[in-house]
Amino acid sequence: MYTKKKVVAMLLAGGQGSRLYALTKNVAKPAVPYGGKYRLIDFPLSNCTNSGIDTVGVLTQYQPLVLNEYIGNGQPWDLDKLNGGVHVLPPYETQAGASWYEGTANAIYQNIRFIERYDPEYVVVLGGDHIYKMDYSKMVDFHIANEADCTISVIDVPLAEASRFGIMICDDKNQVVDFVEKPKEPKSTLASMGIYVFSWDKLKKYLIENEEDANAKRDRGEAWSKDFGKDIITSMLRDNQRLFAYEFEGYWKDVGTLDSLWEANMDLLSPSLPLDLYDKSWKIYSRSSYMPPQYVGDNAKIENSMIAEGSSVDGSVDFSVLFAGVTVEEGATVNYSIIMPGTVIKAGAVVEYAIVGSDCVIESNAQIGKSPEQVENRDDWGIAVVGHNVTVSEGKTVEPKQIIGESI
Amino acid sequence: MSSVNYNVLGLIFASMHDSYVSELTKQRTMGSIPFGGRYRLIDFPLSNFVNSGVSEVGVITKSNYGSLLDHLGSGRDWDLSRKKGGLHLLPPYSQTGGIYKGRLDALSNIWGFVEHSNAKYVILSNCDVVATIDFNPVLKQHKETEADITLIYSKGFYDNEKNNCATILEFNEDNTLGGVLVDPAISGECNQWLDMMIVTKDFLKKIVSDAASRNLYSFTREILQNKENNYKIMGYEHKDFFVRIDNVQNYYRANMMLLEKEKRDALFRTGQPVYTKIGDNAPVKYGLESNIKDSLIADGCVIEGTVENSILFRGVRVEKGAVIKDSVIMQATKIGSNCNISSVITDKNVEISDDKVLTGSETYPLYIGKNGKI
Repeated sequence: MYTKKKVVAMLLAGGQGSRLYALTKNVAKPAVPYGGKYRLIDFPLSNCTNSGIDTVGVLTQYQPLVLNEYIGNGQPWDLDKLNGGVHVLPPYETQAGASWYEGTANAIYQNIRFIERYDPEYVVVLGGDHIYKMDYSKMVDFHIANEADCTISVIDVPLAEASRFGIMICDDKNQVVDFVEKPKEPKSTLASMGIYVFSWDKLKKYLIENEEDANAKRDRGEAWSKDFGKDIITSMLRDNQRLFAYEFEGYWKDVGTLDSLWEANMDLLSPSLPLDLYDKSWKIYSRSSYMPPQYVGDNAKIENSMIAEGSSVDGSVDFSVLFAGVTVEEGATVNYSIIMPGTVIKAGAVVEYAIVGSDCVIESNAQIGKSPEQVENRDDWGIAVVGHNVTVSEGKTVEPKQIIGESI
Repeated sequence: MSSVNYNVLGLIFASMHDSYVSELTKQRTMGSIPFGGRYRLIDFPLSNFVNSGVSEVGVITKSNYGSLLDHLGSGRDWDLSRKKGGLHLLPPYSQTGGIYKGRLDALSNIWGFVEHSNAKYVILSNCDVVATIDFNPVLKQHKETEADITLIYSKGFYDNEKNNCATILEFNEDNTLGGVLVDPAISGECNQWLDMMIVTKDFLKKIVSDAASRNLYSFTREILQNKENNYKIMGYEHKDFFVRIDNVQNYYRANMMLLEKEKRDALFRTGQPVYTKIGDNAPVKYGLESNIKDSLIADGCVIEGTVENSILFRGVRVEKGAVIKDSVIMQATKIGSNCNISSVITDKNVEISDDKVLTGSETYPLYIGKNGKI
């Protein structure tokens, strides 16, 4: 017996995040740590809870161990419910055989039965790799008010960056008239945020059509795809369905690359506070590490940084984000860097403009990254990255732009 | 963490010795006094139980237990929201009329709960001694010696002038209990009872019902000090850090002790986490002109000023130019710009407006009550 739900959210968390390289070697992208105590998936999950959406399917595929363990029964996000709650939905085998999720639309298609149990009016489709605070219930209200079939959340981006996104072209009533994926010459600056509200009956119809159509193409040896932006949205536009753009104002960051992950963490240190994590009315929940408060030692020098519980700092930390249980020994320096949980930075080590993964050991006098001023040719400069569980031996150097996944 | 031990029931006296720290217990129990940046005193005995595999715990309350109920909730944050066992709150219910007077009286009132448990052994603990202890070796010794009662004690310095009402134990060569002194006028090293003990349930039933029938209530006087009983009472020495919260000065000192690494390491051991109610606070944010030395700082704080040799609880705000030294600043305190605070304890939700100077002394810290505005 299932209770009917007005809204069910489906969270696409299967992405490999290949452009995060060493940081997603063993973990799915939504499980990548962010902001001192969070993982990326905390944002959509907390947004769901804060928006009153209590039924969430999380579609996993790539390296799901850490993500599954992290989500657990959903209790940290208040998503352990008698009816609904969070459910991890990996690909499964049927009498017709096993099949991986073949694209974002196919992932939802394979879980039509999960959604139907709750008999929802609307389905919200979310990604697991964006940082933002958003009230999805307002977007659903907008969708209802417009009698829309699909509503796509958009954000106004600078024209120069528009060609990196899926761009919506709208009329003066926000109705979408065209959609172009990564246009060379963008006709609009409204970028899709990868957040959709669908009327469920319409989405179901188009998912089934896309599935049949793509399979037929595959049987004929033609190119096929089962993707939301590329297939579902395009087909709905072709059929003159009512698609609307819901303009979001506020902080939204895609952390698809190492540079953007670094920037998104640095944004937390900006005095203008583009993303307020201290707002009690819209908390971002996460699974707790049960560590004692952080200890700051006699020799510490900490400025403009964010540091999580269980850390111990006796060195110099400036413009950096330190996760739970990080140790910065006396005489160590961390500037403009992100240090993930459990990592130890030993005396005399210098970490600058770098991302260091979890449970690493940076031995004495090692040097990770450099400031842009220290590099002669600006093209040679970039964030240095050390993957998870890596030891950087005494005196060793990781150059700017270098990414290491194994101990050196 | 060891696996679950259904043979043991945990009992916590949440209100024992409330009057020793009357300022701090004005609106709460001993168990719900904030401690160490993010904890309440009851978190330590609760975590000791959970980490020792005890998953059935009763919390005996007396009065003022609103904040305790709020803190404990269903017991989920200690993993004690269970079908089998779990956390049980035992509010006062006295057959003799009025609020219970001593341990035996309290146990008699809640005996129905103890009786109902399938456990063979009962571990009892107060909240006013902070220590991290594994009860498994104590239980092993208790079983091996076939004791009726095993008292957990530590060797430590006791000064009658500075401490309040400790129970000092003397043991014979065979580790059986010799003498018991309550609050003796001494100063020196001695065996101090940590107010924790293991008692075989059948034996506990006997002494509790016997005391009830004779209208006796003091466990220390009737059981420990009465030598005619011929009970088998043994000692178990906890050889690690402990601290007793027996007055406000010692509460302050106990917090300050956490700035010493070896004491922190003894209390917060790897693999034996101290559980507490989850606050979902963001990490600590340090501003452009922050200056922090030798301090323990909990999540959710935003610090723009100077903090030295202090304990900051969750969600404290320290504005620009403010200087905090040698102080214990409880959760959600706001300290205005250019304030100068030293040797002060601020209780929860205190607001200190800009440019204030507050000075206590390290021996007698200045205490500012809950929700105070200065």
